[in-house]
Amino acid sequence: MYKYDQWDQAMVDARVAEFRDQCQRRLDGKLTEDQFKPLRLMNGLYLQLHAYMLRVAIPYGTLSGTQMRALASIADKFDRKYAHFTTRQNIQYNWIKLEDAGDILADLAKVEMHAIQTSGNCIRNISSDHFAGAAQDEVVDPRPYAELLRQWSSFHPEFSYLPRKFKFAVIASETDRAAMRLHDIGINIVRNDAGELGAAFYVGGGMGRTPMIAPLVRDFVPLDQLITYAEACLRVYNRYGRRDNKYKARIKILVHELGAEEYTRQVEEEFALLLAQNIEPPIAELERIRTYFEAPGFEAGASDELSRSDPDFAVWTDRNTQPHRQPGYVSAVISLKPVGGIPGDATADQMRLMAELTEQYSFDECRVTHTQNIVLPHVRKVDLFALWQKLEAAGLGTPNLDQVGDIIACPGLDYCSLANARSIPIAQQISERFHANGKGDILGELKLKISGCINACGHHHAGHIGILGVDKKGVENYQLSLGGSEAEDTSLGKITGRGFDEEGIVNAVEISVDVYLAQREGGERFLDTYRRIGMEPFKEALYG
Amino acid sequence: MVDSALNILRFRDDALVSDPAVTLEAFTDQSNALAVRIEPGEDARNLLPHLDRIRLVEVNFPAFGDGRGYSAARVLREAGYTGELRAVGDVLVDQIAYMKRCGFDAFLPDQPLDAGDVENALTRWPDVYQPTTDGRVPIWDLRHGADHG
Amino acid sequence: MKILTGNDLKTGAVTWWDGSGWSLHVDDAVDAGDEADAIIAREEAARRINAPYAIEAEKTATGVRPAHIKDRVRGLGPTVRLDLTLKPGDPNAVREVI
Repeated sequence: MYKYDQWDQAMVDARVAEFRDQCQRRLDGKLTEDQFKPLRLMNGLYLQLHAYMLRVAIPYGTLSGTQMRALASIADKFDRKYAHFTTRQNIQYNWIKLEDAGDILADLAKVEMHAIQTSGNCIRNISSDHFAGAAQDEVVDPRPYAELLRQWSSFHPEFSYLPRKFKFAVIASETDRAAMRLHDIGINIVRNDAGELGAAFYVGGGMGRTPMIAPLVRDFVPLDQLITYAEACLRVYNRYGRRDNKYKARIKILVHELGAEEYTRQVEEEFALLLAQNIEPPIAELERIRTYFEAPGFEAGASDELSRSDPDFAVWTDRNTQPHRQPGYVSAVISLKPVGGIPGDATADQMRLMAELTEQYSFDECRVTHTQNIVLPHVRKVDLFALWQKLEAAGLGTPNLDQVGDIIACPGLDYCSLANARSIPIAQQISERFHANGKGDILGELKLKISGCINACGHHHAGHIGILGVDKKGVENYQLSLGGSEAEDTSLGKITGRGFDEEGIVNAVEISVDVYLAQREGGERFLDTYRRIGMEPFKEALYG
Repeated sequence: MVDSALNILRFRDDALVSDPAVTLEAFTDQSNALAVRIEPGEDARNLLPHLDRIRLVEVNFPAFGDGRGYSAARVLREAGYTGELRAVGDVLVDQIAYMKRCGFDAFLPDQPLDAGDVENALTRWPDVYQPTTDGRVPIWDLRHGADHG
Repeated sequence: MKILTGNDLKTGAVTWWDGSGWSLHVDDAVDAGDEADAIIAREEAARRINAPYAIEAEKTATGVRPAHIKDRVRGLGPTVRLDLTLKPGDPNAVREVI
């Protein structure tokens, strides 16, 4: 994984000093809250329901054992001994004090981490495929391109006061494991007919109030024009994105209102002008970054055998491991979704264990997924049983990857001041219900996502089953949607009808699942059955 | 640098333009105007045919969160404008460094700037990641010993 | 009644205007009435409170109940982590807040 050189370190250190100074000026009253707010947001510090919340960046979801251990220490030293992994591959602490913020950022800087631009109207963390470097179907590892974009977007002087937040995802495979087309800019690294690598740019996707799937804006940008093209896309947005209405300020609205064709025309015009400015990094820089993402020292001829004598281990292996491009290896998924647990939360002790396991079993590298789990990308099959035993003992071995119990949930009204309803208790109840009734084991792939408000941080639009919390005259209420998909067959879920109360929504999910169980054919997933039979049978069952 | 009587922070040696800045609309009618003021929603490229005679462009920031002026500045500098580029309005010391990188060389904020804070802001960043017209060599060029084109 | 709430500037803790200062406990909240705006302005300028606002609430037998569920959650803590709330030992706390 990428390691800072002295320049990267100096930039992060300068940012820590800058933010310390800004915090002090706020505490001294030299800055009002209105003046301070955008500055603290650009350092990931929110004022949330119970305290300040700090969102630490985990660039394209990649972490070393040392970094995971440092994150655990922060939870112990400055928070309440746990943290939350998010749907953008970041980590959040919920009980931060403003007076500690500078020290926390300083501790992070020591391990090459930061909270730069994890909030605010600027370019946010760049997400990527959590199986990068291991997936059998990837064209290349997408992360060098994400790293290049990360540096380009950090402290960008022109794009720090955009109309709204801006999110990139970078992948390099036909299979989309990063919800790429639901980002402001989604990039797929592809090969052209001549075998050259380039970037396909999709611009104008997003969830939230008005979910949209990003249209293709340019099918092939040569790698030595990647940054210039991104700059052109951003400049058009900064100049023409709406600033009159916060809920219409994302680039998806601009692309939608101009039309993809006109937006593209404006980008190409700006791109032509920018080419003359020579703002592209030398290709040697991309090559330098790539060297950090070369394959680790895999053991040639590692055994491909896996014992299935322990039935629990066999189930976990079937569900929670992914095939690896290197024979004898798999990627293993650590579930942060124990039955009845809080999705994406981990205790400091669990984080320390994961750090150890990362170092011991995965070449000192782990990943945070946008589905709030942790991946050990490169595990030898011979080590898998020992790994699993340790996970089991720590409550991290739930074999539910992409199953109904692998729920994605935003923090919701328990933590977030934007929320209308609590999402976590719904997740807990659904998780418990499907464990108790045994149906969880026979449903196969079922991606259930819960958002506590229309901002859709739980990505409910992209759930096979989606739940949206709303405020119904001061009482929590929940809308059910079906048929969303975050993969390359991207689709947005459709609302079933009237909403439900807390008890009702859990029942509604079970009723929908029962319709699927009654109607499924062959090896259909829930999503496939829904797409085949449509909404009617579900509406019928739910509302009579 | 800071003219406290005028509240202006300026990084140019030439004489201050005393002409009032006219609106963009008025500017296009007045062939002798040499100072113009751009609002966030106005396209700075409208000035490109007239760059030779313009000596001062004021870019207004009615609210510091409206970042359109940063693009206006870069667009003008990239097109070869060498006159004064002045940020006016709701400009806080925390925006100065980025504004300067975008090409602003003068600042006339609504609220007076603290000289110490300005000094901190301008000396904060030892290096930069991206090239702009400010001539600072970006880190990716320093790494490979290349001169910024 | 009209009560005032916000977050402590330094710690971020949720606090409630108790008539002379800012308490961690919603049950200490007093009716600010017509003085609400003046109190908010004064306290915020003095940095004794951050992001303050006024809300509707009612006096109950046991204390003060904010009208909106969001503020009731603020007054307690996360309903899914009783151990992190102001009433870790109270099994009824969540039901009362919702």
